[in-house]
This record gives sequence, structure tokens and C-alpha cells, in this order.
Amino acid sequence: MTIPAVPIPILSFIVFTPLVGALLLLLIPRHQKDAARAFAAAVSGFTLLLALWAFVAYDRSAGGYQFVERMSWLPQLGIHYYVGVDGVSLPLVLLSALVLFTGVLVSWNIEDRPHELFAFMLLLASGIMGVFVARNLVLLFFFYEIAIFPKYFLIAIWGSTRKEYAAMKLVLYTLVGSIIALVGALALYFVSPVRTFDMDVLRELAARGAFARTVEVFGQAVRFDYLWFLPVFLGFAVTAGLWPFHNWVPDGHSAAPTAGSMFLAGVVMKVGAYSALRVGIELMPGGAVYWLPVVVFLAVVAALYSAAISLVQEDLKYVIAFSSIGHMAFVTIGFAAMNVTGLTGAVLQMFSHGVMAAILFAVVGMVYDQAHTRYLAHLGGFARVMPLATLGFILGGLVAMGMPGFSGFVAEFQVFAGIWAARETAWWYPWVVILAAPSIALSAAYILRALQATFFGDLDLKRYPHVRDVTALDKVAIVTLAVWFVLIGVFPRVMTDLIQTGVEPIASLLQGAMVASLR
Amino acid sequence: MELSWGAHLWSVLPEIVLVLATAGIMAVDAWLPEGRKRELGYWAIGGLGVALGVTVVQAAQLAVGVAAPYEAFGGSVRADLAAMLFRVIFILSGILTVAISMDFRPLRQSGEYYVLLMASILGMGLMGAAVNLVTLYLALETVGIALYLLAGYLRDTPRSAEAGLKYFLFGVFSSTVMLYGLALLYGFTGEIAYARIAQVLPELPAPVVTAALLLVLVGFGFKVSAVPFHFWTPDVYEGAPTPVTAFISVASKSAGFALLIRAMMEAFPTAQASWVALMAALAFVTMTVGNLLAIPQRNLKRLLAYSSIAQAGYILIGVAAASPLGIAASIFYLGIYTLTNIAAFAVAVIMTNVTGSEEIRDLAGLSRRSPGLALAMLAALLSLGGIPPLVGFFAKLFVFAAAIESGLLWLAIAGVLNAMVAFYYYITVARAMYVDRSPEEGKPVPIPRPSHFTLWFTVAGVLLLTVLVYPLYRLAQMAAQAF
Amino acid sequence: MTLFGYPFPILTLITFTPLLGAGLIALTPRDSVRLHRGLALFFSLIPLALSVWLWLNLDLSRPGFQFVERVVWFPQVNAQYYLGVDGLSVMLIFLTALLTPLGVLISFNITQDPRTYFALFLALETGILGVFVSLDLLLFFLFWELGLVPMYFLINNWGAPERRHYAALKFILYTMAGSLGLLLGIQLIWAALGGAQGGTFDLLEVSRRWPALQGTLAGVPMEVVKAIVFWAFVIAFAIKVPVWPFHTWLPDAHTEAPTAGSMILAGILLKLGAYGFLRIVFPLFPMESARFALVLALLATAAIVFGAYAALGQRDFKRLVAYSSVNHMGFVVLGIAVAGYALGNPAIRDHALIAVNGAALQLFAHGLSSAAMFALVGVIYDRTHTRDLEAYGGLWARMPVYGGILIYCAMASVGLPGLAGFVAEYMVVQGAWPVFTALTAIAMLGLLITGAFIMKALQKVLHGPLNPRWARLPEISAREILAVAPLMAFMLLTGLWPAWIVPTLNAALAQLFG
Repeated sequence: MTIPAVPIPILSFIVFTPLVGALLLLLIPRHQKDAARAFAAAVSGFTLLLALWAFVAYDRSAGGYQFVERMSWLPQLGIHYYVGVDGVSLPLVLLSALVLFTGVLVSWNIEDRPHELFAFMLLLASGIMGVFVARNLVLLFFFYEIAIFPKYFLIAIWGSTRKEYAAMKLVLYTLVGSIIALVGALALYFVSPVRTFDMDVLRELAARGAFARTVEVFGQAVRFDYLWFLPVFLGFAVTAGLWPFHNWVPDGHSAAPTAGSMFLAGVVMKVGAYSALRVGIELMPGGAVYWLPVVVFLAVVAALYSAAISLVQEDLKYVIAFSSIGHMAFVTIGFAAMNVTGLTGAVLQMFSHGVMAAILFAVVGMVYDQAHTRYLAHLGGFARVMPLATLGFILGGLVAMGMPGFSGFVAEFQVFAGIWAARETAWWYPWVVILAAPSIALSAAYILRALQATFFGDLDLKRYPHVRDVTALDKVAIVTLAVWFVLIGVFPRVMTDLIQTGVEPIASLLQGAMVASLR
Repeated sequence: MELSWGAHLWSVLPEIVLVLATAGIMAVDAWLPEGRKRELGYWAIGGLGVALGVTVVQAAQLAVGVAAPYEAFGGSVRADLAAMLFRVIFILSGILTVAISMDFRPLRQSGEYYVLLMASILGMGLMGAAVNLVTLYLALETVGIALYLLAGYLRDTPRSAEAGLKYFLFGVFSSTVMLYGLALLYGFTGEIAYARIAQVLPELPAPVVTAALLLVLVGFGFKVSAVPFHFWTPDVYEGAPTPVTAFISVASKSAGFALLIRAMMEAFPTAQASWVALMAALAFVTMTVGNLLAIPQRNLKRLLAYSSIAQAGYILIGVAAASPLGIAASIFYLGIYTLTNIAAFAVAVIMTNVTGSEEIRDLAGLSRRSPGLALAMLAALLSLGGIPPLVGFFAKLFVFAAAIESGLLWLAIAGVLNAMVAFYYYITVARAMYVDRSPEEGKPVPIPRPSHFTLWFTVAGVLLLTVLVYPLYRLAQMAAQAF
Repeated sequence: MTLFGYPFPILTLITFTPLLGAGLIALTPRDSVRLHRGLALFFSLIPLALSVWLWLNLDLSRPGFQFVERVVWFPQVNAQYYLGVDGLSVMLIFLTALLTPLGVLISFNITQDPRTYFALFLALETGILGVFVSLDLLLFFLFWELGLVPMYFLINNWGAPERRHYAALKFILYTMAGSLGLLLGIQLIWAALGGAQGGTFDLLEVSRRWPALQGTLAGVPMEVVKAIVFWAFVIAFAIKVPVWPFHTWLPDAHTEAPTAGSMILAGILLKLGAYGFLRIVFPLFPMESARFALVLALLATAAIVFGAYAALGQRDFKRLVAYSSVNHMGFVVLGIAVAGYALGNPAIRDHALIAVNGAALQLFAHGLSSAAMFALVGVIYDRTHTRDLEAYGGLWARMPVYGGILIYCAMASVGLPGLAGFVAEYMVVQGAWPVFTALTAIAMLGLLITGAFIMKALQKVLHGPLNPRWARLPEISAREILAVAPLMAFMLLTGLWPAWIVPTLNAALAQLFG
């Protein structure tokens, strides 16, 4: 089967449509708020359609990078505008487009400067999708950094509670992490036998062990990939919310406006995990083999700790915020499995958690809009007025607790199965599963607790006399997101077949490094 | 080889145009009636524009190889791509500065202002071209004197007068120290030309070389406001008329670097081992101190002053790398920095005109008052912070890459950590504009037409150069090949 | 029977018809209560009809699973959509399909958001039916978990107002904790069988390869691994049954659930645990089962005796019936324990076959009687809004029909000869006696207490002086009678003529012993 002919540079369209949309949005007169909203919705809807098209048009039997575009940028330094998607990045591009579209829909009622709000959202989405499609290290960092500062404004301007503190904290955390990783990437560039940032070439070199050579640091001979894997991986993992670098997550997620939280938990954390996979694991497989069995324990702590903390939160948004730390920890655990099963699970978990976090935060936002509080003790009974939103929260919650038949189970199951299957890597690997498993039971507990306190029980009509059902647009957003849970839960192959084509090369890279390290 | 008169003149053609233009301004100043003095600005822009055109043509000839680099006036100046590129930077900053000066009320539209400005640009052009100690010193002093006067231009304002005096005292002191170093060099080598000094230098006792190097560096350090020679910077930046501050912060700094790079690479190549460490230390201290001291600032100009100190630190990283990549990175950085910093100061000038204040908190609500102005400032700040999609990202990327390539990994890491600190205070300014509220929100800020030009030009530059980063980098690289 | 050249997917149809109904109900307008009721009843009757057809067409002479459907589902881990039934599952499918319409019928008086209620109720049926038809471990687990969710919401939102949230949470956390072990066990088996290369969830293939598996897993000898997985499974199923001491969620959940919820809980959900023992634990762990059968028998006896004692001590009518489930399910476990023991001791297979047939029959019998009892408790609760035994008294005078039905069902529960419970318990005891003589003896003493608490309940509710508060209590309605009558009929049928069902069970259970 041949790769379907694509007459247009679809990835550039996907990445730059929001960017151009953001600029055009600022040209709409300031008082025409509805025009700005409609325009933002149109832009994000168009982006979503493009992403869906790419998702469908991608030739799964061929695998590899498709829709590739390549242009010179700084050829002397090996920097190109080089984009493409494979089975790992394509689901994440789709996820970003989904969150962007639904984020715009649920932000419809924001009256304070919608032009700028949507412009920042579109800019953020553009940066995020750029990271997912970038095939050149500098391009990847370029987009990675683009995706940082709009977050600051989204939170600091449209957020709530300690918004400025949270915004600054978030930005500095992610910036520190990304820049440390950037230094690592530069080191990689200079140690590479071919001076290039082209990730295809670098991966090829990595496969041949080019980065497993020894370098001299302060008079000590160290293997390059042992030395640099950890800074690069952890630098990105900051954004993925890995314990103990997770501190920005609860504050940031909670302070952000609804769409901001959807973005943060839904895709921004994936940007970190994705980059850690692409730059850390893929380019330094030797370092990954050496370090991941250690790093995985950070993830185990993250999973347990965050679930336990979620259980005692009084603020609904904090419950979800902490939970995302735990769910992202499963991504790291899946990486640590270093085989096809685990990696497939990890990538699917990214998608699944992205959609789930988006829907949970969206519903929390809808509740907050009406109740003006997020304290569990003050809420209750909202199921009666907003049944569809409740259903959305329940479905998201079921995904969060790993209920079979929903996407979260498919992902977490593969993560665990991957670890079981990787038992030759380290004798303690099965313990990782056993230690992390209770977090699933804990997630059931905190989800049910939040659900109970918010949606069931009696509605305090004195306190909330004007509570109404959510708007039709909100409903569209909920449905757009929720279908994916069930679709993937029932027909996992929609995603897993695709992801598998993407992770197989990575897994074989890691297996090769493992064999090499045993020699 | 005997040069023709034409060749001699070609090497300083921009300066000749500038002299003519300066004379023209004086004539026009005498001829224009009192009420129309504002138009002097357009005349100045016109004169500078001609000089810029000439320089660009010359640079293009050198870049494509139509003309070859050579030394003129008995080895006083060199005509090479680096010299021409630096001239482009100086003249361009001059034009942009004039555009924001025209409607800056305290300057009261006088001819001397433009004359002094153009005189200093003239000196700077020579600084970038100087290849012997005498030209170096003469050019340095030409620039210095013109800038002392500009800094203290508002005689009636105590702060401006104080700034002028302070700048003068520090300047004179540092150039004296530097002169002593130059004398030391001349005394021991008997040579004034860089190339000859470089030949003799290895035979000298090491302490002498080190002493001379240290003394000369005081002068350069003052010019680029590197720590610990930076003490004048915040006060002068704060006190001087804001357009002048903008000019000092970009043109004077670039000129200092032009001098520094050429002197280091051409006169001291054999002592590289000692000055690389020195530069690295200087770079580290400069950016760290600059960034840390910027954090508590409440005055926009003082904040930008400390930021410019820190920026000098980043540029010094490229110099410390002492490699083709490093020098190219530094030149590239200077070009970008010029555009960006002028954009930031342009906003500061416009805001000062409206609010009469230079406090950061008076930027509150700017994004609601004048979204375009706020966006311009945001672009400038983010570019200074090295955040894509603005071209400042590449400037930083190149210097860090150069440091890593030259084995200065620690410096690169220090640099990136510094970039983070810097981001913090840049975002503080952005927060005032975007997050904070103010009762004035309803009133849009009027932007004079010439300032429009500066803003559009600089902001478009920092945005579009991201796409066109390659030609610019290639130019810097070719210029760096001269060393 | 074929459909477009393919085998008719009867099992898929049975399983998912209720879910389809649930979806349709969810789409109807919120206020059309009659429509909700009608749809719910209609979509619960379809599986009943289909399950009767299934039973009639089950070929008892053929060993193995029938009506098999098999599609690749999740190739990355080699999981399949693999369905099939034998006599045991057909019986349980029929029980489920029978109890659901009755539960719907008894729930017609639900006023709080009936749309969601009926949708959840039908979704619950799908979850349960799915467990009984799955032949793939992962699919089994999927349905196993899926049934929990609607049940949670049924208890949480429609339960008795006082402690329903607590009960719902306790129910779901207990069972989820058990499922977690189940999940890890399933994965461990998959990994031990080769992971991504050769690992499988196919129940038949696993039961062929897994018991014989040798070697080590992650440095641990396979014997130990098997023991770990065995206990993970046993605990998961034991919580569901529930086996003493894992039963503490049961009284709360059963008591607080709405009437139909309690019917399904006691009538079917508990059977899932026993089904898990028979379908998964025994084929996969014959040696371990034999080794630990005595422990299981011990716990079963404890459940019988302590369950009965606890029931005797209750003042709350519904709680009393709930504890009676612990007691009755104890006999199921006792029968299962005997079967487990026989897996390692071929000599006692004949006894074991009787015992395990009894256990399976007890599943059916208890399904009928407990559902009926809960329905009847619900009837009286709806009228009096109390479950306090001391508050009733002399109701027979007011409600003679109700009284008669209650006595009939209580007798079935206590094991009166001629009704279903007797045959089942008799078979269990007969099979267990030669194997675990002492324990069986103690268990039979427990039966005495069973009689005592049932008598106590009847006496408190029906006899004595009429409490004047209930002077105007209406008689049991026709709808309520209709909901209980089929159960009573099957009790009688099974009690008098167990042969209509035992061969079906026997055909499946004989497979256990090769």
C-alpha cells in the first residue's frame, strides 16, 4: 500500500493555523467579542479537522514518519525546519487539537478580553503541536519554549486564587527543566560524529552507539549517555510532573482558568513526557537502559504519593491536579519497561490521560462557574442540574480509576504488562507493578469521593439558587472528548496499532542498548 | 602596496558621509525657524539613512567578494566585513534612536543633540575599524566625549546633569587606566599596530602581558558595562534622557564589543589562554550580577540597565569561546540585542511621555490601554529573555553552543541558569502590562509617527529574523572569519 | 443457526441487549416515566427469552464450550473477544436474565430519576452476563469490573438514605481491592506464559499450559509464583462470594441498596465469586486448590456458623436477610472446597461431583430465595419505612397474602424439603461428609441456627399483637406478587424435580475432573 498522496503540507498547516489564527484574532475589533469567539472556534475546529484527517490518512501498515516536510533553516549548524509524525506523535497531535477545540468551547463565557485569551490559547497550542511534529532538536526546543510563556499569561490574567504565584512557579519550573535539557541537547550535538540536530540522523547514530562513548569530565572518564541522560530526561520530566519535580503541578493546574487547566494537564504534561522520550530515551538509549530502572522508583513514589494526597484535598481542582501527577507517573513506568508493550501503554496513557484530564477540568470549571467555589464541603447535588456534565465527570473518573472498557485501563494494563514482561531488566521490576498498583485503588477512592461530594447528595438551593444546566457548547465539548474513552476502551486497536508502529523502533533501540551493555 | 586615495577614502566612506551630514544638520538648524525644529529629526534620519545606504553597499561588496578587506591610513583602520557590519549596527541604532527622540518632550528639539549623536556614531565606526592603539584610543574618546554630553544633555534636570557627570568621571577614569595599559604595551613592544604587537607579545614576560591585558580590559569593561566596571550603568541609564539611554545601551555597548573582539583576537591571540579564562570569569560575573540586581528594580530604566549588563555577560560568553562560532555568535547577538533593546526603550520613551514616570508599575493595564504597544514590549522582553519564536532565542542558542563547543560547559550551564533568572524579571514587567489593572485603562496611549516606525521596524525584526535567521547568521560568520 | 453465513452471535446479543436498552433509555426525555419502565422491562425480557432458547439448544452430550464467538480484540497483548458457554454458565445466565426483569418490576415505584436508574440497572445486567460468557481472562476482568460501576451508583444514589454513601464506597473499594489482585494475577500469568511473545489470556489455552509451567519468573520459582497468583485470585473471588472473613462489605451494601439492587446483589453478584472459583481457579490451579482446600472448607464452615449467628443477632430485617446470604453462600464454598480437594485426590471424585453439583444448584437456589426475600423485605419497607423487626408485629392479620408468600420463601431459604434450597444443601452435605466430616457436622449445626433466625424473623414480622401503627397497611400489590411468583415457581420446581437442571450442571462440572 502506498502512502496516500498529500497535496498540502498538512503538518505545517496543523501547527501554524493556530499561530496565524492568533495573530488575526488580534485584528478583530475589541468590542466584537462574539466574533472573536466564533473565529477562535473556527480556527481550532479547522485544526481539529486537519488533525483528524492526518490521523485517518496516516498509513498504519507503512509506519514510520509520514507527512514529512523539510526545509533549510540554518543548514551550516544542522538546523532544519523538519517535521513529520509517527505512531507516537500522531495521537498526541490529535490530542492537542481536541483539547484546543474543547478548550475554546468551554471558555466561551469568559468576558474579560476574549481576544487575548484565545490568542494565547492558540499560540500555546501551536507551540505544543510543534513539539510533537518536530524532527530537529532545535526545532523541538524552539516550539517547546514557545509553549511556555502563553501559560504564564493564561494563568496570571484569567486564573483564580494564587494565580500570579502559580503562574510564575509553573513557568520557572518548566523553563529550568527545559533549559537544562537544552544544554544536554547541545552537548549531544558536539559529541556527535556528525554535527547535526537532525533527529533521524542522531537516532541512527544512537543506534550505532555513537553516544555511548566515553568523555572526560573533570578528569574523570564517563560514558556520555550515562552522564547526560539523567539531566535531559529529568529536565523534561519536570514538565511531565514527575516526583519530586511536581511542585508546580497542583498550584498551576488549580490556579489556571478552565481551558488553561485542560491544556496544562491535558497536553502540556505530555509535551514533557514526549520530549523526554524523544530526546532522552531515543537518542541516549544506553543512558536510558542504565538509569530508567532507577528513575522508575520516582514514578512509583509519584503514583502513590499523588493518589494519597488527592484523597485528602478539600479543593476539587486540587484533587484532579494531584491525580494527574499520578497518571503521568504511569507514563514514566511504561517508558521504564523499555519494551513494545510498555511503551505502547505509556503513549496511550498520554492520550488517554490527556482526554481525561481535559474532561475532568472542563467539568470542574463548569461547576465552578456556577457555584463560585470549589470546596468539596460546599458543593453537592449538581448531578441534578447538569446531568451531562456529571456523566462526563463520571466517565473521566472511570478512566482515572482504570476501569476496564475505558481507555485508561487499556493504557495502564499495557504499562503493567510491559513491566512484567521486562522482568529480565532487573529482578525488582515486578515489584514496581506491585508497589504502584495500590494507587489504582486509591484513585478509585478519591474519584468517588470527589464525585460524591460534588454531584450527589442534596443541592443547597439557598446557596445556589440560580444554578443552571451547562450550555450546548459545553455539551459539545464533553461529548467530543468522552467518545474517545469508550472508543479506545472497546476498540483499543484504534490507537494501539498506530502507537505500536511508532514505539517498535524505540523498543528495538533500547533492546540493542541493553544487549550492548550486557556485553 | 600603496593604496590609492580612493581606497583610503572608501575605507572610511561612512564616516565621511556622517561628517557631511553633521555639517548639514548644523546648517539646517540655523536655517529652520524655531517652531519647526522638530523637523531636524527627519533631516538627521535622512543623513544617517544615506550613511546606512553607503555602508550596506560596502558591506555587500565585502560579503560577496567584490571588494577584499585591507588596511588603510597606514594601518590605522581596516575595511572588512566586521567593521562594516558594526557600522550598520551603529547607524541603524542611530536612526532608530532619532526616531524615538523626535517627540521626546524634554529634549526640546535642538540641533546639537543630533550633531552629538552623529559625532558619536562617527567615533563608533572608527572603533569597529581600528587596528592600532592610537586609532583605538582616539575613537574611544570621540565617542566618550559625545556621549558624556548627551547623557547630561538635560542641564536643567539634576538627574540628567548628575548622570552626565558620573558618566564623565567613570569614563575618564577608566580610559586613563586603559591608556596606561596601552602605554605599557607600546613601551614593551615598541609597536602600535595590533598585528605587530601580536608578533612581539610571546617574547614578553608573562606578568607584563597580563598587566597590560588587565589594564586594557578596564577600558573595554567600562564600555560594555561588564561587572565590576558597571557601577555607572544604572545611574547613567536612569538619569540620561531615555532615548540617549537607549542609544548608549546598544550602540556604545556594541562599539565596545567591536573594539574588544578585534583587540583580543588580533593583538592578543597568543595570550588566548590567559584571556579566555578572564573573559569567561568576566562573563559569568557580569551576567550573574546583572541578573540578580535586576530582580529588585522598580524603575523600568534601571531594570533595563541591569538587564543590559547581563546581556553583556552573554555576549562575553561568545568572546570567551574565542572560536569562529563564538565570535560569530557574539556579533549575531549584538545585532539582535540592538533591535530588541531599542524596541524596549521605545516603549519606555512613549510611556514616559504619557505618564511622566519611569516606574514599572505605571505600565499597569497597558495591554488594555494600547494592546499594540504592550505586544511590542512583550516581544522585546521575550526576545531579550531568549524565548522563541523571537530571534533572541537563536542569539542565546549560539553563544551557549559556542561555549559548549569550546569546552566551557560550566559557563553554558551558568548562562542558561541566568537566562532563567532573567526571564523572571522580564515577566515581571510583562505582568504589570497584562495582569495588573489601572484606572487609566480607558485612555489609549498616543504613539507619535516616528516612534511607530521604530516599533514596527524592531518588532518585525525580532519576529521575522527567526525565519530569516540563516542569512544573518551567515553574515556574522563571514565577519568573524576576519579574525 | 447462521446469520449471513456467520454463526449467529447469540451470546453477544444476550450480553449487549441490556446495554443497548440502557442507551435507549438514556436518550428518552427525562419525564416519560412510563416509557422508561416499559423500555426497561422490554429490554430485560429479551435476554430472558434468548437465554431460554440458549438452554434449550445447549447440547449436553458435547463436552467443552458452545456457541463460541472469537475475534481478535487487542493484538498487542494477544487478548481476544472470546465468548462461549457450558452448562454452568447457561444456568447462571438464565438466573441473571430471570432476576433482572423481576428487579425492574419491583422497581416500578422508583420516583427519583427513574431514567438513570433503569439505564444503570440494565447496564449492570450486561456486566454480569459478560462475566458468564467470557472465555478470555482480560475480557472476563473487563466485565467483572464493569458490573461494579452501575451497582455503585445504584447503592449510592437510590439506597436507603442514612448510610448509602458509606455502604457504596465500602462495596466498591472492597471489590476493587480484590480486583486489583485479580488483575495483577492475570498479568502475572500472561507474563509467565511469555509476555508479548506467547502470552495469552485465552482461558482454555491458559488452563492447558499454566498448570504444567515450570521454571522461574524474575528469579522466583514457578511454584511460588503460582501460589501468589492462586491467592490473589482466591482473595478476589472470596471477597465477592463472600467468604468469611472478607464478608464485612456485604451486610452494609445489601442493607443500604435499593430493593432491586439487593436482589441482584444477593441473587447474582455473589455468584460471580463462586463462578470464578469453578471457572478459573480450579482449572488453573488444580494442585494449589487441592492443597488449600481444607483452609477453604474451614472458612466456609466459619461463614455458615458465624453468618447464621450474626443473622440471629440482627434487629434490622434487611440486615438479617443479608447475613443469611453469608450463611447460605457458605454451603456453596463448602461444596467448592470439596471439589478443590478432589482435584488432588482422585479417589473422592464421586463425592466431590455430588458436592459441587450441590454447590452449583445452591447458586441457583439461593439466587431465587435471596432475591425473593429481599423483594419481600422491600415490599414491607415501602409500606412501613422501617426495617426494625421490633417495630413490626402481627402483620399477617393485615396482609395475609404477603404473609403466606413470606413464609413460603423463608422456608425455601431455610431449606425445607420440597423446595430448592433443600436439594442443594443436601447434595453439598452428602458430598462433603466423607471428605470433611467434622466440618460438615459443624456446618449442619449451623443449619439449626439458620432455622432459628428465619423463625425469629417470621415471628417478629407476622405474629404477635398487631402494632397499631400498621392498622391501615395495604396488602401486597399484584405487581409485587408478579415479581415474586416466578421465583416461587422455580423454587418449587427445583425442589420437586431437580433433574430439570442438574444434568445441565453436571455436564459442565464433570469437565472439572477431566
